[in-house]
Amino acid sequence: METVKIAPAKETAAVPAVRKKRKWTADHWLAAAFLAPSVALIFLFVYGFIGWTGYVSVSNWNSLVPDWSFAGLKNYQYLFQDFRFQADLRNTLVFTVLFIAVVIVLGQLLAILLDQKLRGESLFRNIFFFPMALSFVVTGVVWQWLFNPSTGVNLFLKPFGLDSKWYTDTTIAAGFHWGKIEFGIPVAMIAVVVAAVWQMTGFAVAMYLAGLRAIPDEVREAARMDGATEFQLYWKIILPLLRPITVSVIIIMAHISLKIFDLIYAMTGPGANFVTDVPGVYMFETTFRGNYYANGAAIAIVMLLSVAIFIVPYLISSRKGGS
Amino acid sequence: MRKKAAVWLSLALGFGMALSGCSSNSVSDDAKQGNQKAGEKLEIFSWWTGAGEEDGLKALIKLFQEKYPDIEIENAAVAGGAGTNAKAVLASRMQGDDPPSTFQVHGGAELNEGWVAAGKMEPLNDLYEQEGWMDKFPKALIDMVSKDGNIYSVPVNIHRGNVLWYNKKVFADNGLQPPKTFDEFFQVADQLKAKGVTPLALGDKEPWTATHLFETVLLGTLGADGYKKLWTGELSFDDPKVKQAAETFKKMLGYINEDHSSRNWQDAAQLVAEGKAAMYVMGDWAKGYFVNDLQLNVNEDFGYVPTPNTDGKFMVITDTFGLPKGVKNPDDVKKFLALLGSVEGQDAFNPLKGSIPARIDADPSKYDEYGKQTMEDFKNAELAPSLAHGSAAPEGFVTKVNQAINIFVTQKDVNSFIGTLVSAAAELKK
Repeated sequence: METVKIAPAKETAAVPAVRKKRKWTADHWLAAAFLAPSVALIFLFVYGFIGWTGYVSVSNWNSLVPDWSFAGLKNYQYLFQDFRFQADLRNTLVFTVLFIAVVIVLGQLLAILLDQKLRGESLFRNIFFFPMALSFVVTGVVWQWLFNPSTGVNLFLKPFGLDSKWYTDTTIAAGFHWGKIEFGIPVAMIAVVVAAVWQMTGFAVAMYLAGLRAIPDEVREAARMDGATEFQLYWKIILPLLRPITVSVIIIMAHISLKIFDLIYAMTGPGANFVTDVPGVYMFETTFRGNYYANGAAIAIVMLLSVAIFIVPYLISSRKGGS
Repeated sequence: MRKKAAVWLSLALGFGMALSGCSSNSVSDDAKQGNQKAGEKLEIFSWWTGAGEEDGLKALIKLFQEKYPDIEIENAAVAGGAGTNAKAVLASRMQGDDPPSTFQVHGGAELNEGWVAAGKMEPLNDLYEQEGWMDKFPKALIDMVSKDGNIYSVPVNIHRGNVLWYNKKVFADNGLQPPKTFDEFFQVADQLKAKGVTPLALGDKEPWTATHLFETVLLGTLGADGYKKLWTGELSFDDPKVKQAAETFKKMLGYINEDHSSRNWQDAAQLVAEGKAAMYVMGDWAKGYFVNDLQLNVNEDFGYVPTPNTDGKFMVITDTFGLPKGVKNPDDVKKFLALLGSVEGQDAFNPLKGSIPARIDADPSKYDEYGKQTMEDFKNAELAPSLAHGSAAPEGFVTKVNQAINIFVTQKDVNSFIGTLVSAAAELKK
């Protein structure tokens, strides 16, 4: 579905260049009138509040009593020296990389398997897409039960001598010390990645399936005529054609994983030694439990910037692609 | 004509969007208007949604409605996290000048350094005088809800934090006596460990439970006076005694269940109830959980002693209710607070909640064996405010201690822990 959206976006980008020279007709005024309220509201409630949060993040408001005095970058300095926040950045990085990689690989694989014109396809499509219909909170609670060290999947694993601690494990695999924190893959994070992948893979499957369907049969047939094996067909031709979809999936998954809060809050919380803590959870606890409003705002701004790192180049490249 | 219609339509749409854009505002406006029509509902804000505590609150509300049938009550309880979720909701409502009529707040720093310091509370001195409460509550307790000579809330209950719960059967089977000192604790713990029983249960999925354990060690090591000096800055956190407490705490962590970080406090209590673990340090709401939820009997299935070295000391956790500034029905709120502070109100609430009354003249016959003994202890013991439950220090400090504890439970690095406490202590002297 998403591919359909991408294609016309490129065309419309070219239109204003032609329009510029024309005079504004009643239609244009009407269009502007339609858009004005939402533009005004978005400026107030989105950009206005981002600006507000930005200001709070450089203020001294760190108690129940608002204090608007300017604090400079003090709150940011505190954050980056803070053990918990450093651990958060490590966790976010690990989570994002693992989560996106697995979602893309699994999504492509399942979409290709689904694309084999099998019977009852819509049933399978629904099975894969179903987890998307649940909220992350539900996913978190369910997987918490499944991974609980004394229940769930462990009941099946114990007879085989496997005694996994899952999300209660505090070890950091392949760790080396970097500043205050141990840098590596927190083992407990893997349990969270599994839950997140379970939830979001269906989305990637749907995107890739739409992409596969958009590739004309002639392309496949031409390749087969040229003597390509099925593997070569997918590896050399189909997957490269799906690249724009991979970019969309990465953008969408990245902004989910960088902002993730509810899954982790419901499933593990910060975790012992903050092995499953993320900026979203830290922001919530700092702001609403500790009443450190300025510190909380600083975390929120860092989260915004981390998402912007992904989104802004995408926006720029999609504009360039159109002109 | 069609154009005109379209313009009107667009305006209507814009207006609709404007409304939906500020839906949060419009909802609260509606709520306010609703209140005015209904003659000002009395909104009671708490985090009492669990077994026992909810029954207690409902008994109180029922009693109030019998007395004042005209006043409509709204039970605005927010579930979860030992009150942390409710506190988040409360903070945003108070900041937005939409306070509930009255709300649950722990006596001590959470009230005084939080809402009172922020200028959000009305003093209640006249209510105390009118009801003749000045000699009905212990003075140490009134001090906990006072700042600069004004009293700001009404305590409804007392919980004891420094209780060591133990499984009677496990202790009897192994021929052990519940420990009174740290030395005895470690002796008992070693013997239990040798028998394959987890000596101490902990469920620190939410880190306040570990902070709770640590504060009882602090109290046992420093004594009530030394412990209280920590919060006034008279005793520094790098004092050798604090370090000694941290070492003891670290040693205790060697005896806990392995899956502690996936359990909450109830899950940990369950270990003791099932005999998988022998001892558990938790406030006496654990008794409510043992008795109400798990159908266990006091002094048959489980026993209790003060935590090591804290005999004659009483870690106080008190739930209180105050009157926020800017509520429209202060007289109704005061009627509720008057009931809350009355013997009748306290005896309706506390036996169900599992706590003891804050008043010293309540009726002991309404309480179980544990309650009677604790009421007696409360009269004679040295009182100490709980850190984990917000009485000893402001929320900001408690948050930082919880973080430090969370790291300490895994890393067990005493020096870095003490260092964090020292730097967090800057929060205390504002």
